[in-house]
Amino acid sequence: MKARSATSFILPSDKLNSLIHSLQQAGYQVVGPVIVDQAIIYDQIKSADDLPQGWTDEQEAGRYRLKRRQDAAYFGFNVGPNSWKKYLQLPRRQVWQAHKTADGIEIEPVNAAITPLAFLGVRSCELHAIAIQDRVFLSGEYHNEDYKQRRQSIFTVAVNCTQAAATCFCTSMNTGPAVSLPCDLEITEIINDNEHYFLLRSGSEKGQLILQQLPVTPATSAHQQQEKTAINQAEKQMSVGPRVFDSSDLQALLYRNYENPLWSDIAQRCLSCANCTMVCPTCFCSSVEDTTDLSGDHAERWEQWDSCFTADFSYIHGGSVRPDTRSRYRQWMTHKLATWHEQFNTSGCVGCGRCIAWCPVGIDITEEIVRFQESDTP
Amino acid sequence: MTGSTERRFNHPMKKMPKLAVWKFTSCDGCQLSLLDCEDELLLLAEQIDIAYFMEASSRQIDGPYDLSIVEGSITTTDEAERIQQIRQQSQILITIGACASSGGIQALRNFADVKEFTSLIYAKPEYIATLKTSSAISDHVQVDFVLQGCPINKTQLLEVLSAYLNQRKPQIPAHSVCMECKLRGNICVMVAHGTPCMGPVTHAGCGAICPAYNRGCYGCFGPKENPNSASLSHWWQTELGSDKATLLENFRNMNAAAPAFATQSLKFIEADHEKK
Repeated sequence: MKARSATSFILPSDKLNSLIHSLQQAGYQVVGPVIVDQAIIYDQIKSADDLPQGWTDEQEAGRYRLKRRQDAAYFGFNVGPNSWKKYLQLPRRQVWQAHKTADGIEIEPVNAAITPLAFLGVRSCELHAIAIQDRVFLSGEYHNEDYKQRRQSIFTVAVNCTQAAATCFCTSMNTGPAVSLPCDLEITEIINDNEHYFLLRSGSEKGQLILQQLPVTPATSAHQQQEKTAINQAEKQMSVGPRVFDSSDLQALLYRNYENPLWSDIAQRCLSCANCTMVCPTCFCSSVEDTTDLSGDHAERWEQWDSCFTADFSYIHGGSVRPDTRSRYRQWMTHKLATWHEQFNTSGCVGCGRCIAWCPVGIDITEEIVRFQESDTP
Repeated sequence: MTGSTERRFNHPMKKMPKLAVWKFTSCDGCQLSLLDCEDELLLLAEQIDIAYFMEASSRQIDGPYDLSIVEGSITTTDEAERIQQIRQQSQILITIGACASSGGIQALRNFADVKEFTSLIYAKPEYIATLKTSSAISDHVQVDFVLQGCPINKTQLLEVLSAYLNQRKPQIPAHSVCMECKLRGNICVMVAHGTPCMGPVTHAGCGAICPAYNRGCYGCFGPKENPNSASLSHWWQTELGSDKATLLENFRNMNAAAPAFATQSLKFIEADHEKK
């Protein structure tokens, strides 16, 4: 766990609304966890009442269930089917529209008004996922302007994880459970027999300005010890769980195993339905569609999430380069864990476990990695 | 879409193209989708000459036609002959709906003995002149584009017509309903509720309506490209506890004869026989 240099403060749990209201007054629309259709997703938050207080998520491969907690924790769950990418790289957006004119066509960019958003409850793995998408969309020669503007306007309230879902493996990917990347505010929820409070720390000037408005008191070393114990608990849960693996040599492992028959075995189970890529917080692929109306006088260009699991994704003249599931799954996993390093100097996996839980037939990327490791002959 | 289809769409258009809409064995619901395009119908009539569309008008202009839209499946010898004539008269032929693309609900006969049940139902079964199977239009003639759905989505039909009129590729993705669920923000009913859902093997196009109302997709748009019916069925049986009736109900529906669904449903029957 990284050293915590910033001063910590205590916010009683019944004062959580002061944080939400301060963010709203600073001009942010607050988005955070809410329960919809028996799952915790990210949506607009008006007050702390909207949060899934007293609920947790039980996750396994291909299975997600909400359960009542014994306590009144606000952040006593892990991650659901949504990730913050839905606010930064929109699932679907219009890029431009065009009209026929007397001497050609006129193209008008479509610039949607961007509301500054405060993300309440960003997990460490999710901060890492956002940082990975930053590399994809904001580094190098080509930038995604829409992403850039949305990204610049966000405020992040990160939450230290004090418990891990069975599908979590952030410790194997070195992305959590303690907040290990910059954020505007960092909070830890502590519940014990007689106390329920949040430990807060600011991580930026914006965060400091919000923190100053809150009814906080300085944290003692006892509070900080409680925080450490709570985060250690999440680490411990993962260390004894089934999804621990050595991620240090995945690149070489996958390159060596390009023709391993295990890919065909996975393809027997994989539905090529694309759910894993849709829920992945780093998968960034999109397709661009041009459409016209019946008259042909008006055209539009739309961008929407795409997936390497479709035939259209690798369609070039003459057919699809990856026509079968074997080649599609291999492309996804090898890109995520190996070629991503060469392309973006980072792994594409943050260990959030979404692809495991939300695979309709429970294909578990960590289990498959271990099977490759076991059948590997270097 | 195949390369050859793209070429066929790129025909030079000098005058208004002639459209014909044909019906075979079907409920007419897909043709109705065209009439349902109320806001766009007049605009469409300005771009295309609706030369033959019996459900809309008794005006009948003879062929040949630039574009034929075909609804329904082939269930009689007359139909099998008629579709050949229509193909000969049509530069582009598009099929619409589950009947035309895979035989429809009436293809349930393909799994049974037609003689046996006509003799049980009709007083004079010898009057019934029907084929043993209900088959897709593409089993009889070359089809340039297949628009799946039971019924089809009228927005997708307009997209296909716009693409034809503007000589471009239609944006009709062949991926799973799951992608539509995720784009729409639906919670996965299989993972979060344990509800059997055909979404992972079903062709997109409806906009994931059923899962949006917390029920499983029942596959009315037919198989997606590259479907894995065996794996989905296995998960339903082993993890969701689905019984044979649930599996059959879902795979033997309006797309029962689509190969990816038919092969799977026959496996359930075979497995049943083995048990006995």
